[in-house]
Amino acid sequence: MPATLAAPTRRALLLGSGALLSYAYLPRTASAEPRDPRFLAIVLRGGLDGLAVVAPVGDPDWRKLRGDKALTVEGASPVLPLDDFFALNPAMPNLHRLYRAGQALVVHAVATPYRERSHFDGQDVLESGLPGPGATDTGWLNRALSTLTAGGSAAAQVQRAFAIGPITPLVMRGPAPVLSWMPPRLAPVGDDTMMRLLDLYRHTDPTFAGVLEEGIGVATIARAGGMDAKPADGTPAVQTGGITQVRAYFAEAAGTAAKFLGRPDGPRVGALSLNGWDTHINEGADKGRLADLLGALDGAIGAVESGMGAAWPDTVVALVTEFGRTARINGNDGTDHGTATAALFAGGALKGGRVVADWPGLKDADLHDKRDLKPTTDLRSVMKGLLRDHLRVDGRRLEAIVFPDSDAARPIGGLLT
Amino acid sequence: MARDTRTAALALHRFGLGPRAGLIEAIASDPQGALIADLDRPSAGLVAAAGLRNSGAANRAVFEYNAERAAKEKLERRRREAAPKVAENAGMETNMAAQPDTPPAMATQSEPVPLPRQIFLDEARARFDTAVGAEIGFVERLVWFWSNHFCVNADATVMAGGYEREAIRPYVLGRFADMLLAAEGHPAMLLYLNNAQSIGPNSVAGINRDRGLNENLAREILELHTLGVRTVYSQTDVTNFAKILTGWTIRETASDPDHGGEFVFLRRAHEPGAHNVIGHDYPDVGVEQGRAVLSDLAHHPATARHLTTKLARHFVSDEPPPALVDRLASRFLETDGDLKEVARALVAAPEAWTSERTKIKRPAEWITAGLRAIGRSGDINRIVGALNLLGEPLWRPPAPKGFSDDSAAWLDGLGQRLAIANTFAQRVADQLEPQALTETVIGPLASAETREAIQRAESKPQALTMLLMAPEFLRR
Repeated sequence: MPATLAAPTRRALLLGSGALLSYAYLPRTASAEPRDPRFLAIVLRGGLDGLAVVAPVGDPDWRKLRGDKALTVEGASPVLPLDDFFALNPAMPNLHRLYRAGQALVVHAVATPYRERSHFDGQDVLESGLPGPGATDTGWLNRALSTLTAGGSAAAQVQRAFAIGPITPLVMRGPAPVLSWMPPRLAPVGDDTMMRLLDLYRHTDPTFAGVLEEGIGVATIARAGGMDAKPADGTPAVQTGGITQVRAYFAEAAGTAAKFLGRPDGPRVGALSLNGWDTHINEGADKGRLADLLGALDGAIGAVESGMGAAWPDTVVALVTEFGRTARINGNDGTDHGTATAALFAGGALKGGRVVADWPGLKDADLHDKRDLKPTTDLRSVMKGLLRDHLRVDGRRLEAIVFPDSDAARPIGGLLT
Repeated sequence: MARDTRTAALALHRFGLGPRAGLIEAIASDPQGALIADLDRPSAGLVAAAGLRNSGAANRAVFEYNAERAAKEKLERRRREAAPKVAENAGMETNMAAQPDTPPAMATQSEPVPLPRQIFLDEARARFDTAVGAEIGFVERLVWFWSNHFCVNADATVMAGGYEREAIRPYVLGRFADMLLAAEGHPAMLLYLNNAQSIGPNSVAGINRDRGLNENLAREILELHTLGVRTVYSQTDVTNFAKILTGWTIRETASDPDHGGEFVFLRRAHEPGAHNVIGHDYPDVGVEQGRAVLSDLAHHPATARHLTTKLARHFVSDEPPPALVDRLASRFLETDGDLKEVARALVAAPEAWTSERTKIKRPAEWITAGLRAIGRSGDINRIVGALNLLGEPLWRPPAPKGFSDDSAAWLDGLGQRLAIANTFAQRVADQLEPQALTETVIGPLASAETREAIQRAESKPQALTMLLMAPEFLRR
């Protein structure tokens, strides 16, 4: 375990025009090079079902595993082919377009070193960059930046780390000072949260359950819970997320991050989180909740591309989640917490158009604990490769400071143009 | 005494302002004793009011502020009319500075907050800092109860916060008769219920100005503040009491820069003569005539029953057990309306602890409990905004009756609470441990279902949202 990675940040709160800021500056890397890299990490909280995003349509066991929930080439909503084995969820045409243009990349059967199934701990490992949960209050992306400070020339152009949202995600917390921006609206109450609460009330407080049901309207319940019901009359009293609001929030948060990062004088590295991926009930990969969310995510990717503007060729966007989901569909047409998943990358700096995977197979014996997609790639290997080749983080510091105790996870090279 | 964490948690939710870290454990050996100890603190009920203006000073400061602002605006208008072209150019520069396609500015110089708003926010901050920082919060809950009982409206006066500090807090553990006198004679109340403008028709001022009675305050004192609606008084009693209260008014600020906005008894506006109120004749002894009526009202059995029913309804149940009300009303009458003794009797009453947790925390209680749970004082602008959304705008009750204490009235706001919990959780949940927090806040009361819902949340913000929205946290 590393000595101490925690360090106080100089977060000063300046309130004005809804912005929550703290400033700080990072000298640019010492090496003079034409590239001026941008890196945006998007944490997808809840556990993204990688198999429903990038489906192994060429695997003979795929359909056996998921039955009529398996996304297929000839399904009602045909998947978007990536190669002769993998295909992308049809809700993501933007990402598909970028993939075909060589500007998007998928790493499949990937996982952090975490092998339990708690969201909180899984997210902690994902963002801290350490092998186990609860080890530090800092994140790997921030520590990566702090190494640049130490190695850089003091006279170099300044850079800042950047976070979107009311709280800085753990991945971006640490010794390197962070500037953060609060979107004018926060994420709305998601249908998922609403359904969980309704479920709790139904079991514990019928009065509250009745009020909530009446308030959110049948339409929302039908959409989130898969009930066959007609939309309620009138406007629901409770503004639930609804996919329209989620779409708007995703695009605004990600697009704003990109506008900041794209500015010549702006920060170079940013992070935000987009939540709602814990699809235990009625996952709806082809049509339904997950498809809606993936559509919103696809819109966010589009917003990043346009927000980055001229900086897009120097950009890498990493979309990562704490773990995947069970390979099989559960008893509620959903999936439970699993292990390996897919990580998505977009940006003009990538050598894209590829699915990087050491495919483990989907037969019973191939599955982790006989239930989850088996991890064959350590997410830290991918991140180490990107940080080394894109942000030019020094190799020794990468091991000692950014991803301690990760010797076995060798950096993957060649991900960039 | 045996440790009883369940009763301790109930004590903090039902009678206090919610658990803080470690508090359930800390009072588990004697939860009732902890509540009594809260009553016995030396400065119980008071707030640290350093820097806050008293009501009269606030009133005068705002008067001057408004006058100066009006003068400034007038000067500017004159200047604009003299040189219209300069004004146009200035407008163009502003437009050019705004570039809609760029991200919002990193920071902007914010407009100075207008003085009335500043006074309101300072008072609000003092109130919520006191509540969030309170050890138990039982006395604060009593302050809130009595402040709502004797409510005024901040739309009618800049003195609403000062009123609570001056007319409610000093008496919340004292005698009801004293609080009644302080509240009804406070300028904020005289303005809110129009007594400041009430003039005896046969007084000198009434004859000269052809103005007359305003019964509002007299009626609300009988109906809401003391005896209770449909009890022992008639319309004649209301009118007579209104006559007795004529002359209870406020010094003018424009003509009295040192004492404007303060209470004054104006004999010139006082209806002369003796008047009868519920069977008693009150001779005209000036301001003492009204004080004598208030004193009798404070000691009336109907008042005792009205007040203690409300108190039991607020703390214990929408339909309070009659035995509990009997106990409290007797105590009230036995002790000459000693509110501390009544509060003690409430804690000691077995019925106060056996009722089911069906009451819904009022919005301010819920917000305060949320802040105490996570150990933050909260941003006053956000607190005030949340209270507006939740239908309990601070010091702005919908009617002189105050905010409702029926749980049904607060059920409809459940969806808004969810929206606020969701926003709040996104701001603060990142650094919290949901399971540990659950123990801190609702541990001994938590159902297996609630624990599971929190544990299985997909993110810390979602977990905190579930906790804040759990029936064990919303109800008390």
